[in-house]
Amino acid sequence: MKIMVAVKRVVDYAVKIRIKPDKSGVETQNVKMSMNPFCEIALEEALKIKESGLAKEVVAVTMGPSNCVDTLRTGLAMGADRGIHVEAARDLVPLSVAKVLKKLVEVENPGLLILGKQAIDDDCNQTGQMIAALLGWPQGTFASKVVLDKEKQVATVDREVDGGLETLCLDLPAVITTDLRLNQPRYATLPNIMKAKSKPIKRYTPEELNVEIKSGLEVVQVTEPPKRKAGVILSSVDELIDKLKNEAHVI
Amino acid sequence: MEKWRATSNLRRSLKSILNRQLSSVSEFRYLNEKRSCQSSFNLIRDCKSLGQVNAIQHRCFSSASTLVQRNPSFSTLNSDDISYFKGLLGEKSVIQDEDRLETVNTDWMHKYKGSSKLLLLPRSTEEVAQILRYCNSRCLAVVPQGGNTGLVGGSVPVFDEVIVNVSSMKNIISFDKVSGILVCEAGCILENLLSFLDNQGFIMPLDLGAKGSCQIGGNVSTNAGGLRLVRYGSLHENVLGLEAVLANGDVLDMLGTLRKDNTGYDLKHLFIGSEGSLGIVTKVSILTPPKLSSVNIAFLACNDYSSCQKLLMEAKRKLGEILSAFEFLDTEAMNLVLHQFDGVRNPLPASMHNFYILIETTGSDESYNREKLEAFLLSSMEDGLISDGVLAQDINQASSFWRIREGVPEALMKAGAVYKYDLSLPVEKMYDLVDDMRIRLGDLAKVVGYGHLGDGNLHLNVSAPEYDDKILEQIEPYVYEWTSKHRGSISAEHGLGLMKANKIYYSKSAETVQTMASIKKLLDPNGILNPYKVLPHSLNS
Repeated sequence: MKIMVAVKRVVDYAVKIRIKPDKSGVETQNVKMSMNPFCEIALEEALKIKESGLAKEVVAVTMGPSNCVDTLRTGLAMGADRGIHVEAARDLVPLSVAKVLKKLVEVENPGLLILGKQAIDDDCNQTGQMIAALLGWPQGTFASKVVLDKEKQVATVDREVDGGLETLCLDLPAVITTDLRLNQPRYATLPNIMKAKSKPIKRYTPEELNVEIKSGLEVVQVTEPPKRKAGVILSSVDELIDKLKNEAHVI
Repeated sequence: MEKWRATSNLRRSLKSILNRQLSSVSEFRYLNEKRSCQSSFNLIRDCKSLGQVNAIQHRCFSSASTLVQRNPSFSTLNSDDISYFKGLLGEKSVIQDEDRLETVNTDWMHKYKGSSKLLLLPRSTEEVAQILRYCNSRCLAVVPQGGNTGLVGGSVPVFDEVIVNVSSMKNIISFDKVSGILVCEAGCILENLLSFLDNQGFIMPLDLGAKGSCQIGGNVSTNAGGLRLVRYGSLHENVLGLEAVLANGDVLDMLGTLRKDNTGYDLKHLFIGSEGSLGIVTKVSILTPPKLSSVNIAFLACNDYSSCQKLLMEAKRKLGEILSAFEFLDTEAMNLVLHQFDGVRNPLPASMHNFYILIETTGSDESYNREKLEAFLLSSMEDGLISDGVLAQDINQASSFWRIREGVPEALMKAGAVYKYDLSLPVEKMYDLVDDMRIRLGDLAKVVGYGHLGDGNLHLNVSAPEYDDKILEQIEPYVYEWTSKHRGSISAEHGLGLMKANKIYYSKSAETVQTMASIKKLLDPNGILNPYKVLPHSLNS
């Protein structure tokens, strides 16, 4: 079985982000970029499944400008076998990503598609669900545990939901999106980094795949949340009531 | 008869120690609840000069028992002094509360405890000057204190010295974005300065594990080293100016912000590293390097020490200008950290390796630097210098590598008793000392070696479940003699403080030390600034 994992290049999780002066977006020049943490978890899960013998190959996929190849290299260094890079301008919305993935799935025919539950730059949490719908495949999102059964060709997925954990059984092929507690991603060891240099990366453009990636959304403005104001220490209950009434207008 | 009387006197003074009475001759105590009182008996019995009844032994576990007497020429605090200080600083900045005094009287390692009765928190240089002027006229001994993170007992009183703590002086005075010159008060915490500079696109030229508590005044006074010395140099190179207050209250304004200024003797260098014994540093002007965007870090394993050395040579050659840190730890250190902390995992778990090296590079071009580092690592691996290694893929992984290296001192503290040594040695010889100590100590204790390999600085730590004289005998003076024989330094970056005050001769000649004593006498004739520390007690400074 082949597993396809979609990974995204985002601003590193530990970086303090700044808004561009023209409010059109977040500053990404000269800022450390790395693989989306949830995508790392997705890739780790795919590698674990391959190491347990239930899959033959792990293919990492990414979409975006040419510097996204760095993320693919990281994926290959972690242990993926092949990479696919779909060249596109920045800021692909989840629906476009899902459409591209659909075409790639038709080309590659994986038995499992694993993605991170959301990207930390847009926090959309949409791609996994959309691609499952486009493909008509079952989906197990927010996975905190995945167990595959090869003979029955099913995946048992524990999902983290508001009320606790929900266990679903999905027929393969299926889409899984990963949550934080699924696993702890491995480090890229030097021998693997060395091997990664010779692993193939295939390049596509959206035109080649016959996908229309024009977005129906336009970002109008990006601003910082209002700064928290300092608290005030009051000296009596009367003062509190006065402030609540006359300043905050809540009573 | 004499002997009998002397012995009974001793027993009386012993009783007073056990009753924890503060006699007029104050005691200097170490803290360790695990030790029984029985050992104190042995201590006093072993005291060579029985005649010296009033001399109270202090136990400092990292050096053989030495006798420190409270200098009788220092006055004791009286109520007039307290009223003066309250009038000068205001009630809030004059602390006599026992609980607060308890914390400031004890050092970070819980090894040294003084019995000061007064903590002063000045808020400006003028207040510091007036405090010192007064103390000098009254001959009251003073301990300058900042973050109290020192490791040689230099930041806490020995007896009842007045503690002058500059933590309230924490303003950033100015920052020039073009040149990167930062001027700030001595009480600024290093981590706060790092966050401030981060917003401006700069970093501090020094970084140490204690950054959350240590203050820049203390860093400068002790010439702190840290993790980035191999790249940015020591504080002697980065401090452009400072303002210090002398013992008599005179304020020396040497707060220049110029890279080049050859007008007269460069006195600021005297204060950098003098550990508060020549003056109290109140303001610092420091050159900060720009923050470069590409930071990469690799965690590597080597089979033997000679590979570590060769790796260092290769790193300096091949990584050159982008190398920003080169640290090492041995298996013992790694095991300790993994054992003492949850949530820390060994990046190279496959098998336990003998040595771990942490290499960090900082540069301006991400892809170029990464390629350079990868190429260097891969060629080192092919040459057999490294047996395994990982490269951090994001900042999270990078922090986890640093957590391991920066966590070793903390892990040692948690593991029980620790004898800590900080030595500068020629790189080829560094680990020989660790091996020697392992043979000497055998099963008595665990010997852990780690440190700034890039600077030739070994942190030799001996870890045992409890403090024990037998262990100490095996360590000292062997370690110091060994270091001296190889012309190393018995204190690479921690300073002398109280712990190594009498050990300076292992690394400096008698004439040099004599000149130091003359300078001390010149700048602090009454010897009120941080007495009993840095220079040998025999020089009566």
